[in-house]
Amino acid sequence: MRVALFVTCLADTLFPSVGQATVRLLERLGHEVVFPSEQTCCGQMHINTGYQREAVPLVRRFVEQFEPYDAVVAPSGSCVGSVRHQHAMVARRAGEEALALRAESVAARTYELSQLLVDVLGVEDVGAHFPHRVTYHPTCHSLRLLRVGDAPLRLLQQVRGIELVELPDADQCCGFGGTFAVKNADTSTAMLADKMRHVLSTGAEVCSAGDSSCLMHIGGGLSRLRSGTRTLHLAEILASTEKEPA
Amino acid sequence: MTSTFLGLPTVAATDTEHLRGEPFPVAARRALADGQLRANLGRATRTIRAKRQAVVDEVDDWQELREAGRALKAATMARLDEHLEQLEAAVTARGGTVHWARDAAEANAVVTELVRATGSDEVVKVKSMATQEIGLNEALASAGIAALETDLAELIVQLGNDRPSHILVPAIHRNRAEIREIFRREMPGVDPDLTDDPRQLAMAARRFLRSKFLSARVAVSGANFAVAETGTLAVVESEGNGRMCLTLPQTLITVMGIEKLVPAWQDLEVFLQLLPRSSTGERMNPYTSMWTGVTPGDGPQDVHLVLLDNGRTATLADEVGREALHCIRCSACLNVCPVYERVGGHAYGSVYPGPIGAVLSPQLTGVEQNATLPYASSLCGACLDVCPVKIDIPSLLVHLRAQHVEQHRATHRLPSPEAVTMAAAGWVMGDERRFAAAQRAGGAGRLLGGRRGVIATLPPPLAGWTSSRDLPAPPAESFRAWWRRTRGEVS
Repeated sequence: MRVALFVTCLADTLFPSVGQATVRLLERLGHEVVFPSEQTCCGQMHINTGYQREAVPLVRRFVEQFEPYDAVVAPSGSCVGSVRHQHAMVARRAGEEALALRAESVAARTYELSQLLVDVLGVEDVGAHFPHRVTYHPTCHSLRLLRVGDAPLRLLQQVRGIELVELPDADQCCGFGGTFAVKNADTSTAMLADKMRHVLSTGAEVCSAGDSSCLMHIGGGLSRLRSGTRTLHLAEILASTEKEPA
Repeated sequence: MTSTFLGLPTVAATDTEHLRGEPFPVAARRALADGQLRANLGRATRTIRAKRQAVVDEVDDWQELREAGRALKAATMARLDEHLEQLEAAVTARGGTVHWARDAAEANAVVTELVRATGSDEVVKVKSMATQEIGLNEALASAGIAALETDLAELIVQLGNDRPSHILVPAIHRNRAEIREIFRREMPGVDPDLTDDPRQLAMAARRFLRSKFLSARVAVSGANFAVAETGTLAVVESEGNGRMCLTLPQTLITVMGIEKLVPAWQDLEVFLQLLPRSSTGERMNPYTSMWTGVTPGDGPQDVHLVLLDNGRTATLADEVGREALHCIRCSACLNVCPVYERVGGHAYGSVYPGPIGAVLSPQLTGVEQNATLPYASSLCGACLDVCPVKIDIPSLLVHLRAQHVEQHRATHRLPSPEAVTMAAAGWVMGDERRFAAAQRAGGAGRLLGGRRGVIATLPPPLAGWTSSRDLPAPPAESFRAWWRRTRGEVS
């Protein structure tokens, strides 16, 4: 299958290894990955902070860039959540009905990575090898906007050598919430403290998730604590092999 | 409201006094420093979450019920004006009197005058959010009328000179040791050897309240529902204290927001299933009281209904925001909200706290009067999942944030620093070459990274991030630079 990668502005800029892992994984499974080079950002930060007018050109750019493809994948439940649940709304609010219809059409074939693998490509064993103790944070938008369910866990369960440990209160938000983490830094930190307490209680070497943003938050806290527990994106674990370990 | 009330002494309640407070981040910061509060809230919300989940899981058609509730509310709002007139006619035909109040001041004036006309200087109260919203107790007090809360938790709040912090469990921020201290200090005639045993506390409240129920001549209530076709008002509760107030006094005055009506008697079937399971985690609430006008010789003989607008018509005019009016005040969204669980209800500055308060309060007051509340959420979506009438609170929050930004833009000559940042980010993201250039420039941020390769200190506004979290130093090469270098091709 030919899949267009929407790498997301965050992974592109700060976590390129997540994008590289997504490419490596899909190519290993025999799929062709293309990277539409004029892509930038889905606009979620603008939309969720109230700047919908500024988001309209970003929605248009996303639609134009990804319209030609049958399947679009992003290593982010949150960005795909925005594409699926906000793009058409933003276009409509700006009075751009034609753009809204195009956005709906592209959104319907835009998938979060675990959704693409399990629901579209029908694969659970991706041939990965990752001999470490791992706990998984399912992230709010993957759970409640995209309803990916246990797709990420089913993928992880098939990884050779992995020791998967259940995260207590897994469905609780880590406190990131985009600009919430800065506008309400104290509340965000209180939420993060509980998330980290649960992560550390598992004794995991690695905390994984399907979103670089949540991982940047949890990882930023764990790093500040000098905890030794590292964060890795789901794509990085799934791309990991004995020859090329993550 | 009718002209009868013009010229009467007005009370000093400003209309938004009980719907807004100091900025949320400031109030939240103070609340977060209170370890006792955090512990009380964490324990209480966890318990009630589990209770709710258990009784919701046993209903096979829960999702269909939610959809029925949503559809009924949407249909009711679409013809609210007609239903309200039908309600007024039905209540009047059964011997009740209907009053219309545009705002808190008008509603307070109506109730004050009605109580005065009875010659009583004391009223007993059924737990009511609408009367909290308008500050009725304070208004009555300034007219020399004492209002006594009879809901146990509201009584705890009232005796403690405190404010409610939860829609359903207003004293959720208190534990039983604190409640014992409040009773010992403030409850007339209480046993000085009172312990913090829950049963002893309840019995103390019961003794105190019984004497009041038997002597009160006037009661004030809210209403969970009003049935337009029959003129019936309904209150659901767990203690029976509400029923005492609704049946014993001669005069009963009910203050109700105009959005709380349902068109038909049959509609209660849906809401009386949704509400108790969502709010108290009970299959059915212990007391459901319904009354239709006056029943000669039985119960209150002087029955009034005050229909309160106080910003609701303005909310109804917003075709997205109006969904907040569907709320049946179950407070399930508070109990699952990770923000509410940590900061408690007082931080929201409104009698309506939590996720629903963050979308309702700013609409009742106008967003500019309550500009920090729409941002008091990480948009995790837990509230939408549990809402019995499927109010899309996260989307409403995003909608109100946009309203706030647009109103700020329309009323200020200079853009806010945030608007400048967002516009700049939009400009950079508006072109992949500008974005790539910004990435290369940002790569210099590696220099900020210390030995551990992370950035631990940043200036405001990003200092909020680095106060508790490191930021990864930018990598040497962005993804798109890597793609171009290794693949060369351009799609």
